[in-house]
Amino acid sequence: MFEILKKTQFSEKVFEFRVHAPRMAKKAHAGQFLMVRIDETGERVPFTFANWNPEEGWIEFIFMVVGKTTECLSQLNEGDFIRDITGPLGQPTEVEGDSVAVIGGGVGLAIAYPVARMLCEQGKNVYVIMGARTKDLLILHEQFDALPLAGLFVTTDDGSMGEKGVVTLPLARLCETDSIDHAFCVGPVPMMKFSSLTCHEHNIPIIASLNPIMVDGTGMCGCCRVEVGGETKFACVDGPDFDASAVDWDDLAARQASYRGEEAVSTKRHQEACACQK
Amino acid sequence: MPEVKKYRPNIGAPRTAPNEEPAAERACDFRPVDTGFTKEDAIAEANRCLDCKKPLCMQGCPVGVNIPGFIARIREEDWGGALETIKGDNLLPSVCGRVCPQENQCEGKCILGRKGEAVAIGQLERMVGDMAGEVGRAPVCKPKNGKKVAIVGSGPSGIACAGELARDGFDVTVFEAFFTGGGVLTYGIPEFRLPKAIVKREIDGLEQLGVHFEYNSVAGRLFDADELFNEEGFDALYLAVGAGLPRFLKVPGENLPGVYCANEYLTRTNLMHAYDFPVYDTPIRQGKNVVVFGGGNVAMDAARTALRLGADSVTLAYRRTEAEMPARLAEVHHAKEEGVKILELVNPLEFIKGEDGFVSAVELERMELGEPDASGRRRPVPIQDSAYQIPCDVAITAIGTMANPFAKLCADVELNRWGLIEADEDGRTSNPKVWAGGDIVTGAATVILAMGAGKKAAASMKKALLGE
Repeated sequence: MFEILKKTQFSEKVFEFRVHAPRMAKKAHAGQFLMVRIDETGERVPFTFANWNPEEGWIEFIFMVVGKTTECLSQLNEGDFIRDITGPLGQPTEVEGDSVAVIGGGVGLAIAYPVARMLCEQGKNVYVIMGARTKDLLILHEQFDALPLAGLFVTTDDGSMGEKGVVTLPLARLCETDSIDHAFCVGPVPMMKFSSLTCHEHNIPIIASLNPIMVDGTGMCGCCRVEVGGETKFACVDGPDFDASAVDWDDLAARQASYRGEEAVSTKRHQEACACQK
Repeated sequence: MPEVKKYRPNIGAPRTAPNEEPAAERACDFRPVDTGFTKEDAIAEANRCLDCKKPLCMQGCPVGVNIPGFIARIREEDWGGALETIKGDNLLPSVCGRVCPQENQCEGKCILGRKGEAVAIGQLERMVGDMAGEVGRAPVCKPKNGKKVAIVGSGPSGIACAGELARDGFDVTVFEAFFTGGGVLTYGIPEFRLPKAIVKREIDGLEQLGVHFEYNSVAGRLFDADELFNEEGFDALYLAVGAGLPRFLKVPGENLPGVYCANEYLTRTNLMHAYDFPVYDTPIRQGKNVVVFGGGNVAMDAARTALRLGADSVTLAYRRTEAEMPARLAEVHHAKEEGVKILELVNPLEFIKGEDGFVSAVELERMELGEPDASGRRRPVPIQDSAYQIPCDVAITAIGTMANPFAKLCADVELNRWGLIEADEDGRTSNPKVWAGGDIVTGAATVILAMGAGKKAAASMKKALLGE
């Protein structure tokens, strides 16, 4: 059982939990993830480490409410317990180059943040590009702002904050002005795909942190398999980071959609049960 | 002097039939198929045993259970004595009685099998194991000897080793990556073949022996061997992480939604209870036409699971013929009884994508048997221009597994070219403080062999750590 020490709400649907997990706090690295199961009937879902503190023995993860499990999770409070948390899993993020762009889209910003912080600590020139559909979905703005960044760019699809448009606009400018020699992106598939294409046009290498469906997260089932450079890889043990230019994005998007119908059933059932109780 | 009655076996009596639920009823849910022997069945069957002076059956058992000994106790209706006799050599009789391929082991050697039918040793062992709740006695452990052993993996090998060591007075901690114990007994073998309550009871029994279980603990990521030795004071480590990494067919379309490897399909159903969705949160795709690739126990389990999830038709596609299938005979028999169709001598070429983006068909080619290969089985050879398609909206591949890659992250031990750990007969690895056994040493094998390796490693550790 893992106690929730602190709950922070970033926006209507985005939350952060700080959880007591001393062993994990000693071993977590940027880019690695954990698997959460809320209770006895729960499913296992992956979240990326947002922060950790080995001295105080806690880890943090950020999630957005998108379905039944994340909704149930958001209803937990400080002092409540999460039944199972397994991690750290996956390979830590490694980004080469001295001058780097970190691109985060939507809830992917929660993964981009520890990566940007780590790269700053490594003394690199770090540019961050934050993207979201609207202003309300931009998370961790203050935290990014507090990092010693070379530049911070914000884009929203509807123009409610920063530049109107998508992350590839500032990314293309960084590429064109030779400001960066490497990039890292994490977010929805279309965002990662087009970030990759933009970098490819300018011959700049780019890594993507992929987010396929997972069950065990330790390489034992192959649910998270992705096609990279014509080879099948398991995102949970070989990744989640891969060379973005080699990823088969259509394959990833199709596999992510495998359970749309079931997910809707589960969410509806949960919401009806909640409505009954009210 | 009381008269000592000499035992006279009931020669010529037929083997006691198993008590099985009717196929039509059982194929709809996950209830156990075989409900096991009654006491009367067990006594009748025990009376068939010839009580051989040189029991061949024991040679066939990988852990050397005193088979005539426990069968004699059954005849005397000394159920507690029968249980103690078995548990002297095998801590998990309820599991082994159900899942061992007895036809290749103890029962395969039984002298009665030469001219008639072997004694149903597995059924008897299982029956005695299942009586533990009724006749179980408080386990006796030697006093603590002050030595600490870490075991990585709570599958059959890890728990067999843990039980042996705990009885000998060691302080044992088992680290398990999942949230519950049992390894393949929990996530792999379905409820209808091995009820999870039985696995839980066996693990609870180990906890009563003082074994400490740490779940959600991924060795190699959360800690490594050096930390266990230097920071946590462990004296030795037993690696029993198994061979759970799935193999894929490597044919086009294999990543289409609806194509599973058996590990994922069985983990979703057994461990995560996807058959009870949406009461449980983990979903699984329900196919109308399910095709399973493979001929081992895992393929049988996946096929029978698909039937129970409501498939209209389940086809087991195998490259060779039924005669070459490595699955347990009882499982092949049960699968066929329940309606699984066996398609022999076919090989998948490609999975075809349907309009909904999911797999909709599979293209197969026909095979014929050629010369025997290294395994002694006739090698399947494709027949030219024989490709054809069959409908398939869920495909499950069960063509074997490979070494768990976490072994090398956990401890500095020599691996062979398949990533399996190099270990000797006693489970000793290239690292003097590290032992290994089960599937991570042998590659995918059987529950009882993994348990045997756990027992041997425990004996070797005892010798090394206590100098006995």
